Amino acid sequence: MNTNIDMSNKEYSDYVEKKATNSPLLKNIFWAFLVGGIICMIGQAITDVFLKFGFPKEQASTYTTIILIFLGAFLTSINLYSKLGKFAGAGSVIPITGFSNSVVAPAIEFKTEGYILGLGANMFKIAGPVLVYGVTSSIIVGFFYWLIKIFL
Amino acid sequence: MEILITYLKVFLVGGIICSIGQILIDKTKITPARILVLFLTLGVFLTAFGIYKPLIDFGGAGATVPISGFGYSLANGVIKEVNEIGFLGIFTGGIKAAAAGISAAIFFGFLASLFAKPNIK
Repeated sequence: MNTNIDMSNKEYSDYVEKKATNSPLLKNIFWAFLVGGIICMIGQAITDVFLKFGFPKEQASTYTTIILIFLGAFLTSINLYSKLGKFAGAGSVIPITGFSNSVVAPAIEFKTEGYILGLGANMFKIAGPVLVYGVTSSIIVGFFYWLIKIFL
Repeated sequence: MEILITYLKVFLVGGIICSIGQILIDKTKITPARILVLFLTLGVFLTAFGIYKPLIDFGGAGATVPISGFGYSLANGVIKEVNEIGFLGIFTGGIKAAAAGISAAIFFGFLASLFAKPNIK
């Protein structure tokens, strides 16, 4: 009888734990999906405007990147992007605006340590590793592509 | 109607990419900085294997706006440059393709941090 009670207690706590961890996950995914999707649609709208003005496709998407990076930096500097990040999670991290946020946020935080070693150095606290691994993997890809091209 | 479907695809692809990131953050306690590095690197290699381009053809900005799209630019740029100038392209192609994004991040990032007040908590 005691074991039965123990069992149901354990089952109950498992059940509670499952509920407690699952429901924020679904909520987080919902917000990440919504905010991420909307930022991408804004990007598409900017691209479409440039295409409408006759810019070639590649230039239109480059302009889109520049504008989104500007928006991300601006919204970070007026402290709005961090508010978005609180509920949007990955939805605000993964779009290119999140990359821009990762440049500006540490720079602002360490500004008090000076303009060179505070602001200047910390701009690349997160963006630095991103560039290190991005450029390195692009060189690996380029090298193997070059090799394959030679032998085929 | 057609434009509606285009934007729905953008929303879906962008949303799904961000949701995958969210699941990783919640389930593995992986930090946002690592998510950025992971998705960028994935973007580079998925492009190299020809998997990312179809995603862009389908989802447009839904696939180019996420950081993995930045990886697409890097890989696409390096492949294009190797085709044009050979070996040297391995070293010039990636950054050249990503130049606008990097320059914009540095310049606007600098301006934004210059004019923002550090918030003391």
